[in-house]
Amino acid sequence: MENAVIQEPQISENDLIEKNGFDDHFHDHHHGDKFQSNFITTYIFSQDHKMIGKQFLITGMFWAIIGALMSLVFRLQLGFPEESLAWLKPVLGKWIVVNDAGIGTLAPEFYYALVTMHGTILVFFVLTAGLSGTFSNLLIPLQVGARDMASPLLNMLSYWFFFLAGVIMFVSLFVNTGPFAGGWTAYPPLSALPMASSGSGTGMTLWVLSLVFFVVSVLLGGINYITTVLNLRTKGMSMWRLPLTIWAFFITAIIGLLSFPVLVSAFLLVMFDRGLGTSFFLSEIFIGGQALDHVGGSPVLYQHLFWFLGHPEVYIIILPAMGIVSEVLSVHSRKPIFGYKAMVFSILAIAFLSFIVWAHHMFMSGVNPFISNIFVLFTLIIAVPSAVKVFNWIATLYKGNIRFNPASLFGIGFVSMFISGGLTGIFLGNSAIDIQMHDTYFVVAHFHIVMGVAAFFGMFAGIYHWFPKMYGRFMSDTLGKVHFWGTMIGAYAVFWPMHYIGMAGVPRRYYRFDAFGTFSHFTELNQFITIAAIVTFGFQLLFVINFFYSIWYGKKLTTKNPWKATTLEWTTPIDTGHGNWPGKLPAVERWAYDYSKNEGSDFTPQIVPLSEAEKADASHH
Amino acid sequence: MTFILILISLVLIAIVAVQIGKVSDLTSKIRGEEEVQEINNKKQGLYSFIFLFVFLGGVIVSGAYYQNYFLGFGPHIPASAHGGELDSMFKVTLLLTGIVFIITHILLFYFSFKYSGRRNKRAAYVSHDNKLELIWTGIPAVVMAFLVIKGLDAWNDVMADVSPDEEYMEIEATGYQFAWMLRYPGPDGLIGEKNFRLIDGTNPLGQNWEDAKNLDDIHVDELVLPVGKKVRVRITSRDVLHNFYLPHFRVKMDAVPGMPTYFVFTPTVTTEEYRQQLKDYDEYNIPVNPDDPESPLLWEDFNFELACAELCGKGHFSMRKIVRIVSQEEYDAWISGQASYYDAVIKGTDSDPYKNSEL
Repeated sequence: MENAVIQEPQISENDLIEKNGFDDHFHDHHHGDKFQSNFITTYIFSQDHKMIGKQFLITGMFWAIIGALMSLVFRLQLGFPEESLAWLKPVLGKWIVVNDAGIGTLAPEFYYALVTMHGTILVFFVLTAGLSGTFSNLLIPLQVGARDMASPLLNMLSYWFFFLAGVIMFVSLFVNTGPFAGGWTAYPPLSALPMASSGSGTGMTLWVLSLVFFVVSVLLGGINYITTVLNLRTKGMSMWRLPLTIWAFFITAIIGLLSFPVLVSAFLLVMFDRGLGTSFFLSEIFIGGQALDHVGGSPVLYQHLFWFLGHPEVYIIILPAMGIVSEVLSVHSRKPIFGYKAMVFSILAIAFLSFIVWAHHMFMSGVNPFISNIFVLFTLIIAVPSAVKVFNWIATLYKGNIRFNPASLFGIGFVSMFISGGLTGIFLGNSAIDIQMHDTYFVVAHFHIVMGVAAFFGMFAGIYHWFPKMYGRFMSDTLGKVHFWGTMIGAYAVFWPMHYIGMAGVPRRYYRFDAFGTFSHFTELNQFITIAAIVTFGFQLLFVINFFYSIWYGKKLTTKNPWKATTLEWTTPIDTGHGNWPGKLPAVERWAYDYSKNEGSDFTPQIVPLSEAEKADASHH
Repeated sequence: MTFILILISLVLIAIVAVQIGKVSDLTSKIRGEEEVQEINNKKQGLYSFIFLFVFLGGVIVSGAYYQNYFLGFGPHIPASAHGGELDSMFKVTLLLTGIVFIITHILLFYFSFKYSGRRNKRAAYVSHDNKLELIWTGIPAVVMAFLVIKGLDAWNDVMADVSPDEEYMEIEATGYQFAWMLRYPGPDGLIGEKNFRLIDGTNPLGQNWEDAKNLDDIHVDELVLPVGKKVRVRITSRDVLHNFYLPHFRVKMDAVPGMPTYFVFTPTVTTEEYRQQLKDYDEYNIPVNPDDPESPLLWEDFNFELACAELCGKGHFSMRKIVRIVSQEEYDAWISGQASYYDAVIKGTDSDPYKNSEL
């Protein structure tokens, strides 16, 4: 009986697609799927967007674990500087200095290398490639009703350039002079001069090389996402019928396309300064016992170029998470996303503003204080569209019928994190307060919560929600909920106390605090943070176990639309093949959020034509 | 050994995790998915509601416990004239964001609890509400406008350079890997020219000795300033970026090679006065060395400090200088006891352009 209820709409769905859908004769041209005929073309050099999405995801998870382990090592240093780290000697080798008493100490230059690599890896490899790369690839063709990306070949190259970037970055960890250690922002002169920091030698060269390949990957991916959204939407899928996920990925790709090339130009100029003796960023430097020839350059210029990417980059990270959360919260509260158009316009507003706020990272960099007036204004204006989004998410829950599972829990957790981290941005964006807060732990708390943890929550929500689409199986619900509560409490336990330390004035990027009386009496909080970080990491292992176990042994899907969602990806077969839909492409008849609208079923898929009553209703408005 | 232990515990965790997952799958088979989902919704909704109280409670209690770390609270008062402007900006922002933080969190988790899913219930089809949306776009806009205006008012006030008719003293701080060099102008009140190409073992700043303004310039080991006197710090760097950071004075500015920057501030509290006010707080009445009860108490040992707040290499965390704020009389006595660097080190050596001439 229950099965019959579930089966019934499926049959009609397939009929609907056959009746109203668009016949692109795809399957006439792709006999036997020549692009996925053997192991290599299916799993390695795949051109299928779904497989490329999984490749991005699993590579991102690999980097997330590496990055997190790095943070644990430097957290041990910060929380327990007197404890011996000799047990890490087998892994870290010469970077653990063991004294005669057998006490192992982390070398300061390697501490800074860990901090730098943690930032680089998390920002670029995990939260850009792992988040945007995964879900843009997986969802754009499925949700706009396309067979695949506009260029599957470029899409494949996008992944492999990312992979190459990863290999180079990984190699750089083992360079004799150490990995790059000048911070993820790589400000010159520190990043430009090997005599200023040993990691600025070969380590820095590899770091730049890796990131240049990474940018190639982002651009190839981005141009594909944009083209696919603009040109390959199925019949009836107008822009105003796109799910918010697609809007977010689309705008994210545009931001990336406009900002990443500027980063490459900054890197190129640094490399010129290093190798060709130019003076773009270097001037009047005396180091290593000699005066350098460089004159007339400006380190501040680099910062302008870097943050012209660097600030949009944080929106490249958070917008996809916002899109995912909008979708997940709507599906699981069985309600339309509140204020769909306002959500779209706020994404557009945030994207636009993200390009004119970069110098708020540079209030204390020596730029003319007058300039800061403009950047304070635009920075605080971003709070308005951000607030609109938060209120709309909360209003989406209002009068809902919320189905709790790991996806929706992480969606709710995302909103909490985004509120907490967003509000501290209002302190930092105000240059007057930033005088004191700049480069303290308050900043560390702010950006970890608002773009680190929040983006991770968006990513987790997406993984739990679309795992059934990716692998035809469910992840364990119970483990997912344990993972959620552990991470929710753990992440706040790690980052909330950093606000207090930061307000007390403790600067970030300090290897030890005991040189200063002012910064040295926070031992208890630092220990608490370190322990919380270790425990929270343990909960992430639970997720990794759940993920890989469920790929092969998770509960199988029995219906193709397990969440009763309206969007197109759930009209594809459980085992979605190349080309996504076995027959015609589905035609779209309505927007993506008709939940609990009509009598009977509490959702109306996008492929269901408007009923007479709905048409009559629409003509009234 | 440690490695094997870690490996074994990981495997055990994995096994336990997988088993927990299996058990819950089994229950849903026995009881029917919809019923299990409803029980689960009730539970998680309740957990969300409990989390609301635990979280907000934790925030409020920990905030109260650590209130002395907040800007302008407890002993954490600014020691400069402009510091109060920052601190009041901080307090206003804290109040406004605090209200938003609490209200949004209550709504978020209360709604999660209230509207947790039931089998026999349906969600309401509410897609938008233009009036409501206009209100919650408008209010943040107004609040932000207020914060921008108030913040920029403070900012432009704090960052204003000295005007020519003002009375102030100028000193110079130069960052290098990994310390600060401090230079005072000497009796002429003017800091001499320098050129990075002139830097050598005896001339760490590259002062040009042919510039007469340099001859009375003083190099010092501590940043000593008279209370109540406006000081313009010229901030320079010899190698990479540094940041001249005086946490108690709410002063922070990058040191940029090739481009001098500045920060103008007026110390308002002497070191001794600051110590006296710290004395009233329990956390400053513990020995500096917890193992040695005879060691001085924290407030007795307190000093203002100069730090670096821009990553500058492996010794970034150690660029400390003591800052002493003293009365004008003490300052005068101190400065008159300092010899000019030229007199102390350069005069009569090969570097001295006046070596063979009468000055």
